[in-house]
Amino acid sequence: MAAAPTAPVRPFERKMPPVTEIGAASMIAIAAGVIYMASYLPKKAPLGIAIALLAVAASLQVVNWVLLSRIRPFARDRFLQVARWTLLAYAVIAGMIEFAFVYDHTRGVQLVLLTLMLALFMLNVPVLVAFTVARFQAVD
Amino acid sequence: MAVAAEARGAPDGVAERPQVQVVPLRGLPIVALVLIGVIVAIARDERWGLVFCHVVGGGLWTGIDLFVGFVVGPIVGRMSIPARVEFSTKFMPKMVLIIPTIVTMTLAAGFQLARQDGFLDTSHPNHAWVVASMCVVGVMAVIALAYLEPASIAVLFELRKPQPDGEVIATLMRRFMYTAGITGAMQVATLVIMTRLVS
Repeated sequence: MAAAPTAPVRPFERKMPPVTEIGAASMIAIAAGVIYMASYLPKKAPLGIAIALLAVAASLQVVNWVLLSRIRPFARDRFLQVARWTLLAYAVIAGMIEFAFVYDHTRGVQLVLLTLMLALFMLNVPVLVAFTVARFQAVD
Repeated sequence: MAVAAEARGAPDGVAERPQVQVVPLRGLPIVALVLIGVIVAIARDERWGLVFCHVVGGGLWTGIDLFVGFVVGPIVGRMSIPARVEFSTKFMPKMVLIIPTIVTMTLAAGFQLARQDGFLDTSHPNHAWVVASMCVVGVMAVIALAYLEPASIAVLFELRKPQPDGEVIATLMRRFMYTAGITGAMQVATLVIMTRLVS
């Protein structure tokens, strides 16, 4: 007897890793870090907390990239297409914020940490947007 | 740009749907103009330019968030799926351009004004209010960037499909409306903080 045909799983119903939640947690760490440092400008904020927040944000993003690389099947082309254009848009926004920090004479370790946080912000948003789009795409 | 390219027309036999542009290309020069204006205002450190960018951007941002969260959201929530689809097709692409632009305009100019006024100085009596406003913006940014904006863009991609999934659109629109409501409520906190700062 032939097996009963199984209904195709719609993209909507597929179980996905918590990329959005991890990305949001990373964004919280970035926002906390930027607020913590910016609230001290032009003076120097104590660096320990800022470095810890940066490390947490970066680690969460690495976890996200690993999780994303393991999703099978996944609309990778659509993900990359959306991520590329979102990255361009957020590079402009991050560039403007960086310009304001440099213009305000932020220098040294403060500037390095703020730049790294902005870089993480710039990389995180495209992942969040592109993942949400790609998870609803039909895949082979 | 494939993302911004217009969707193909509906195939034969399928009801004609409005064409969907994820990013309305005609709006990009206006966005560029606004961002250049903000950069010039910061570079010249001109008080009027910074106040203009912050007040106009902030007013629009707050107004739009409150209006979408508490007026448009509940109305759309009660619409039929086809009506939501038609509304989203016209509404979402505009939001994709408008919101990031006015948010950047408001925050960049606002930070410079806080610096000019000495509010960033930890000994300033208004420092705590500025930090509170940064925290409110931080929470709104996390909600908007992690949930609201991805949902609005995903809806547009769904609408470009020959046969959009109504359930996907409804789920994403619900997410959009809930998060818009939360950010709208948080804008009330922004209004309290900002009016406190200038009084």
